[in-house]
Amino acid sequence: MTALPASPAEFRPNAPGRLIRLSFERTRIEIKTFFRAPDQVFFTFLLPVLFVVIFSTIFSGEIEGPPGAKKVEFSQYFVPGMIASGIVSATFASLAMTIAVEQHDGLLRRLSGTPLPRSAYFAGKVGLALFTAFVIVVLILAIGVVFYGVSLPTDPKKWGVFAAVFFLGVSACSLLGIAYTRLIRSSSSAAAIVQPPYLVLQFISGVFLQYSQVPPFLKVVAAIFPLKWMVQGLRYVFLPDWVAVDDYGGEWQVERVLLVLGIWLAVSFVLARVFFRWNRGYSG
Amino acid sequence: MTAAVSARGVRKRYGDFEALRGVDLEIEPGEVFALLGPNGAGKTTFVEILEGFRARSGGEATVLGVDPERGDLVWRSRLGIVLQSAGFFEQLTPDEVVSHFATFYPNPLDPRRVVDMVGLADKRSSRCKDLSGGQKRRVDLAMGIVGDPELVFLDEPTTGLDPQGRRQLWDVVREFARLGKTIVLTTHYLDEAEQLADRVGVIINGQLVEVGTPREIGGRERALARVTFALTGNLAGRPLPETGAETVSKNGRVTITTATPTAVVTALARWAEANGEPELPALAVSRPSLEDIYLAMVEAADGQADHKGSDA
Repeated sequence: MTALPASPAEFRPNAPGRLIRLSFERTRIEIKTFFRAPDQVFFTFLLPVLFVVIFSTIFSGEIEGPPGAKKVEFSQYFVPGMIASGIVSATFASLAMTIAVEQHDGLLRRLSGTPLPRSAYFAGKVGLALFTAFVIVVLILAIGVVFYGVSLPTDPKKWGVFAAVFFLGVSACSLLGIAYTRLIRSSSSAAAIVQPPYLVLQFISGVFLQYSQVPPFLKVVAAIFPLKWMVQGLRYVFLPDWVAVDDYGGEWQVERVLLVLGIWLAVSFVLARVFFRWNRGYSG
Repeated sequence: MTAAVSARGVRKRYGDFEALRGVDLEIEPGEVFALLGPNGAGKTTFVEILEGFRARSGGEATVLGVDPERGDLVWRSRLGIVLQSAGFFEQLTPDEVVSHFATFYPNPLDPRRVVDMVGLADKRSSRCKDLSGGQKRRVDLAMGIVGDPELVFLDEPTTGLDPQGRRQLWDVVREFARLGKTIVLTTHYLDEAEQLADRVGVIINGQLVEVGTPREIGGRERALARVTFALTGNLAGRPLPETGAETVSKNGRVTITTATPTAVVTALARWAEANGEPELPALAVSRPSLEDIYLAMVEAADGQADHKGSDA
C-alpha cells in the first residue's frame, strides 16, 4: 500500500492495465467460488462425461466410408459433437443460469454499486467458462481415448484449429449466455428458459446424430447458430476427410467455420453489452 | 462548498402511483443524515435514486456534484453503498470478499483492517454462508466502506443485529463521520437516528414532511413537558393545587402538561410539603421522545391522507 493516492480526476476506470488486472481478479474469484460448491462442480462435469459413456456404449459400431477408406468408430464420430455440446453447456447454459440467479438475488446490484467495469465482469465469466470448458474437453478426451479407442489428431494444424474453435466457441457462447439473461424473468424459471434452445440446437446441429440425417430446412436453421459450426470444426479435427463428403457436402470449410465463429464472437459481444442489465429492478 | 447531496422536486411515479411527490433536500459534506419513515413511504425509492439505481420521473438531483443518472465509474469510486439483503458471496470468507472489493477502488483502505473495524476479526476466515445474519450485515458494511468513500449510503445498517453489534456498528459510523465523510442512512430505529445523525428527515407518503436535528424535529424542543406523580400517602384524596396547566388525574396518578415544568414542580413541592409529604411520590418530568414525535407525525399524515382520500 505504498501507491500515492490518485485524485479522482486521475483515476481512469477503463484504463487497459486496470481492465486486465480486474479481469484476472474476477476470473480468480469466479473459479474459487465455483470450486467451493462441490455439488455444482460435480454436476457440471458429470453430464458431459455421462454423455460420452452412454453414447459410446449404445452406439458401438462403425460408420462405413467409401470403398477403400478407413471405417470410423461411432465413438470417434460422436466425440467432437460431445465436446461442442460440453462447451455450450459450460458457457451458454451455465452462465445464463448462474447470472440469472446473481441478477435476481441482488449480487449484481452490489457489484454495480462499485467502480467495477462491466467488461471486467464479463471477462471473469468468460474466464470461468474457458476454465470449466477446458476441464470438460480434457475429461471427454481422456475417457474417449482410454476406454473407447478414440484417437487424437497428429497434424499440428488440426490442433491449431481445435484451439481456435475452442477459444472462439467458448467466448462467443459465454457472451451469448450473458445476453440471454435478459429473457429470464425469475431465477426459478432460468433452467426452463435456457435449456430448450440449447437442446433443440444440439439435435439439429448433429450432436446426437449424423449431420447428414438432419432435414435440409433444419440445417438452414442450424447454420445460423454457432453450435453447428463448432461441431463442424471439431469433426474436421477428429475425422477423416471422407466424412465431410457425407455430412457437409464435400469439404470441412475450416476457414468458413472460423469466420462464422469470429463473426458470432463480435455479434455476441455487442448483444451482451446491449442486453445485459446489472439490475433487474432498474426501471429505466 | 457544494452540497454532498442535493435534491429539488424529486418525483417518482410507478404507473398511477406516486412514490415520491417532490422531495427537496440538501445534505452538507461531512454531515450524518438519517431518513426516517414508515415502510412504503418512499425512503428506499429516494435513496435508490440518489445511488443511481433508479431513474427519477421528475426534478433535479446531484450527489457529489454529479447527476446520479449520469454517474460514471469515477463517481462510483467516491461512493460507498451498503445494501440491505443483497446477494451474497456465500462461498467466500469476509477477508476474501473485502479484499476482492478493495481491488475495484483507486485508493482502498486496508481490507484486513476494515474487517477488524466491523468486528469480524475472529470470523475473517469463515465462509460467509456460515455467518449469522448480524455478521453478514457487518460484511455488508465492510464491502461498502473498503473503497474509502466520501459519501456512504447505509440502508438500515443495524437491522438484525444484537444490541452489542448495533453499538459496534455505530462506532464504525461515528469513526467515518469523524474522518469527515458524509453519511446518509435510512433506519427504523429512532434511537439510532438520535445517536448518529446530525439531522433527521422524515418521509411520509412520498413527501419529506420534516427536516431538523433530532433535538428540535417536530418542534420537540418547544413541545410541552409532562410532569407526573402519584397521589399516595398523605396526598391521597387531597385537592390538587391550581397550576394553570392542563391537569389529568386518573387511577391515583396525576399528569400535568405544561410549558413551564420548573414552576409546576416548585408549586407541587410546596403543596406536598404543606400536606406533610416532603417527597412527591414517583415524580417524573419528561419531554416527548423522538419516537413520540415521529409517531405523531405519521398519524397526522395518515389522517390527512385519509381526508384527501374521502374528498376524491
